[in-house]
Amino acid sequence: MKKITLPLTDADIEELRAGEGVLLSGSLLTGRDCAHKRICAMLDAGEQLPFSLRGETIYYAGPCPAPDGKACGSCGPTTSARMDAFAPRLLDLGLKGMIGKGERSEEVCEAVVRDHAVYFAAIGGAGALYGNAVQKSEIVAFPDLLSEAVYRFTVQDFPCIVAIDCKGGSVYRK
Amino acid sequence: MRNIHTDTIERAVYELCGQACLHLTDACTRAMQDAAAQEESGSAARFALDTLLQNADTAAAERMAVCQDTGYAVVLAEIGQDVHIEGKPLAAAVDCAVAKAYADFRFRKSVCDPLTRENTADNTPAALHTEIVPGDKIRLTFLPKGFGSENMSRLYMLTPAKGVAGVVDAIVETVRLAGSKPCPPVICGVGIGGTFDTCAFLAKKALTRELGSHNARADVAAIEAEALEKINALGIGAQGFGGKVTALGVLCELAPTHIAGLPVAVNIQCHCMRCAKTEI
Repeated sequence: MKKITLPLTDADIEELRAGEGVLLSGSLLTGRDCAHKRICAMLDAGEQLPFSLRGETIYYAGPCPAPDGKACGSCGPTTSARMDAFAPRLLDLGLKGMIGKGERSEEVCEAVVRDHAVYFAAIGGAGALYGNAVQKSEIVAFPDLLSEAVYRFTVQDFPCIVAIDCKGGSVYRK
Repeated sequence: MRNIHTDTIERAVYELCGQACLHLTDACTRAMQDAAAQEESGSAARFALDTLLQNADTAAAERMAVCQDTGYAVVLAEIGQDVHIEGKPLAAAVDCAVAKAYADFRFRKSVCDPLTRENTADNTPAALHTEIVPGDKIRLTFLPKGFGSENMSRLYMLTPAKGVAGVVDAIVETVRLAGSKPCPPVICGVGIGGTFDTCAFLAKKALTRELGSHNARADVAAIEAEALEKINALGIGAQGFGGKVTALGVLCELAPTHIAGLPVAVNIQCHCMRCAKTEI
């Protein structure tokens, strides 16, 4: 499988094609339902976000608490479609990668092409393997949201399939 | 009359929480192995299924939650009518067990207010269903229900004219509309008949039946088989990557209904079937 280092570069994104397997290593942010809603509410209110989205990859996930001796508990992807209402706005602000599971809306597919980004499918249900791939975890925003807070993860060899590429190719059959 | 103290029930529910969330059921593991063997080597679906089997091994060995969505805690309590429960209120005992287990095992707390979205922080309340049955025992079933799949569930109030074909269509349509979202290959728990509410409960209860088992009534077992075949012809495949196996099983439960109706509830369960049972 192709190894990709996060943050993503435009050159990496250009070469990724829907259907190919990749191992992601490096730094990413987590964010799911409540975090997305709050990010967009802050943007609506003209407030500064506590982190920059530029060049980032967001993993749609909410981890289990870390067991002793581990950086993270079980932490597989959640259903991406619930973030479809928010994702195009974040992509337009410079978000480059999304990791989740399942198909996306037409609006998200268009934004992935427009903003030269990529959507990776992680394997839904493989929580223990993904949790073990997290080497470092820290909360960067919204700690009151508990598992739905925004975490900064450092991951090693995170297995994914390129699901929607920057040319609009998709692994999901229509 | 037999006295059972809620301390005993609490200990049992606590053990079931741990057992369920750390393991796939044996029947589910077998079904996933069969599914992997059917998919082409090198395909994305095969990669997904192999990864998930490896994940289940890792979760069990390292005592990690097999999926991070350790679910809404669904508890079925079949209480013998010759039992007298002493101690705290039953629901409070079940909630105490769930809160303690989810804290001790470091499972995710996923229960929140539906409007404010404020997390209850201890995964309570559990969804406790009680049934009064003959005997002097209590049978407990714990089903941690993930919501990626719960969200894709549907209830149909069909007209009687739709008949068996309508029931099969409802099951297949639910899986088709869910597509890649609920973590296929899925398991369908199906309620047929009853009322609006009991039909939905039957669908949930059907999921607690062993995967691979068939309804004792031949005409119902035939619906299970036909729906499964049609679902697997959809080609959605593991994780929606395309493939032969979109569902691992269809489990139907039946109840009498009204002359004017044919309720069908389809409760979708992801491939991560976790369920534990005990008897006190």
